[in-house]
Amino acid sequence: MKRHLPVILLCAVLTAGLFTPLVTGASSPGFWVEVLLGGLMAGVLYSLVALGLVLIFKASGVFNFAQGAMVLFAALAVARLSEKMPMWAAVLIAIGIMVLFAMVVERLVLRPLVNQEPIALLMATLGVSYFLDGFGQTLWGGDIYKIEFGISKDPVMILESLFQGGILVNKDDMAAALVAIALVALLALFFQKTATGRALRAVADDHQAAQSIGIPLNRIWVIVWSVAGIVALVAGMVWGGKLGVQFSLAEVALKALPVVILGGFESVPGAIIGGLIIGVGEKMAEVFFGPVLVKTFDLAGGGIENWFAYVLALAFLLVRPEGLFGERRIDRV
Amino acid sequence: MFYRENGQFKATYRADEQMLPILQDRVFMFAVIAFAFLAMPFLATDYLFLSILIPFLILTLAAIGLNLLVGYCGQISIGHAAFMGVGAYAAYNLVLRLPQLNFLVVLVLAGLIAAAVGMLFGIPSLRIKGLYLAVATLAAQFFIDWTFARVKWFTNYASSGSVSTVPIELFGWKVQSPSDKYLFLLAVLVVFTLVAKNLVRGHLGRAWMATRDMDVAAEVIGIRPVYAKLTAFGVSSFYCGMAGALYGFVYLGSWEPAAFNLTLSLKLLFMIIIGGMGSILGAYFGAAFITVLPILLNQIPLWLGLSLSTATASHMESMIFGALIVVFLILEPHGLAKLWSIGKEKLRLWPFPH
Repeated sequence: MKRHLPVILLCAVLTAGLFTPLVTGASSPGFWVEVLLGGLMAGVLYSLVALGLVLIFKASGVFNFAQGAMVLFAALAVARLSEKMPMWAAVLIAIGIMVLFAMVVERLVLRPLVNQEPIALLMATLGVSYFLDGFGQTLWGGDIYKIEFGISKDPVMILESLFQGGILVNKDDMAAALVAIALVALLALFFQKTATGRALRAVADDHQAAQSIGIPLNRIWVIVWSVAGIVALVAGMVWGGKLGVQFSLAEVALKALPVVILGGFESVPGAIIGGLIIGVGEKMAEVFFGPVLVKTFDLAGGGIENWFAYVLALAFLLVRPEGLFGERRIDRV
Repeated sequence: MFYRENGQFKATYRADEQMLPILQDRVFMFAVIAFAFLAMPFLATDYLFLSILIPFLILTLAAIGLNLLVGYCGQISIGHAAFMGVGAYAAYNLVLRLPQLNFLVVLVLAGLIAAAVGMLFGIPSLRIKGLYLAVATLAAQFFIDWTFARVKWFTNYASSGSVSTVPIELFGWKVQSPSDKYLFLLAVLVVFTLVAKNLVRGHLGRAWMATRDMDVAAEVIGIRPVYAKLTAFGVSSFYCGMAGALYGFVYLGSWEPAAFNLTLSLKLLFMIIIGGMGSILGAYFGAAFITVLPILLNQIPLWLGLSLSTATASHMESMIFGALIVVFLILEPHGLAKLWSIGKEKLRLWPFPH
């Protein structure tokens, strides 16, 4: 109980912060719900990127800094390919490219660096990330591209009877959320029900034990990087459809780092819940807390969502380094 | 043939402990320093000063700082550009609000302020390490970036958010022409390289290295991890703070908060990976490499008669950086500095390898 106290306190503060605008009447319930939904949407996207990170970390112990670059690369591939061919073909080819990428990374980066310390691997993925950013933009072009799904972007009003003025929701946001849920369900099925999925879980549990019963580590890495690549592809498509495919995607994807810190490096549910917490937290902070901050300190504008996620993760790190759902590790520092 | 220590006997402990124990090394080093101080100001063109030498000297100072933390103490940071920013804004405000201060004092004060901020953000390193620490320093990067962009006091209520500086004056010497700037930076760099070199040989550096190699063992032999890690963060941020102040005042002249962003942090990290982690010399190599490579990439196609758009060139640059990082980590994790020492070893035996 004593161990959990700081976490509970932190969560209590967050929850209090969440409901303060409602209680003090700083916002109408309808607007509050809109902000909440907007935050959840952003959160779903963070979760998608974080999911890729967690998958790779579980299977190979590599913290993949390049996940953001993978998102950008996959999204660029789909955007540019879909200009010349139907969407389904573009997506299939993009999946092929991501699998190829996984093989190349395994062969050229992971295998030579096996058994190195995590920091060296982190820096190697940093290199991969730079390479992929440059390569993607050389190959596909560095402008802003659009991915069209044929879903209208017009907002629709829902729950008009419940709230005054109703709530505006974008159709493509809803579709994105559905896609994300479907992806997570598929992944869960894959991990629980297929032989490959079971092998992946075995590797995640214990590399040596898995290898000693005949699971080929190298192939597992290729598979897991491919899966992460496909997750990146979905994230990139959803995000690119919303914001347009451009370089800033890779930077927004950096927010997946605080998400996995919050949720725990080894936990898939952690990535999803962490993403939602960060998404809602930063939107709420930006909309309701930002103006207060600007007024009190006479700032030149808000924009606290740039750092809110990181500082929140920092706070969690100090009270609970393993994250909300991560494995507790006793480690001297 | 020329590079061997035969016949150079050390008779005292002092001789045994000196920084460059081999005579040829000493001669070479003094020759390099003499060349840099005496010949370079007359040989180099303004273009060479402004676009290569000046940024190289400043970035070397910053890379030495980061190397003290990452290479010697083993604590990763992807937020050191933010500490450079702290130094730059501290210097700006000191010059603005206390104009009678000598710039050297301003420089040291800016470094000290950056050190204080660095130690503050280094506190999480007492509980976490590795990847977790990387995120903590990333938090520092984004938070500090935001602070300088939003809190108006730091930029003296400039409406655009960018600040501009006046030329430095030292005891009546106006540091304004490119060669003056170069000499000033070179002097600062030489002094602080000596300081760093001696720090890492001394008990502080040994404490850092012990913490890096195995923290539990370090604690067992009586090194306080709190002390080792926080001093590493402090000294490293001090260097970066000074480098930031110089970057702002000498190189940029006027800048906006985006000047000290994540990209610069990653660049610093690349410098020490390519140059060599845990090596002061490596900081020089890395900074030189990172400064020269983009310029070469812009020039080579011109020499070959190809025309590369700037966008393509910058994409190529990031591809080459990325590939080089991976190549170095795989083939030579100790970077260019290690290649240099391998070369020296070879030279000792040359031309008779047996």
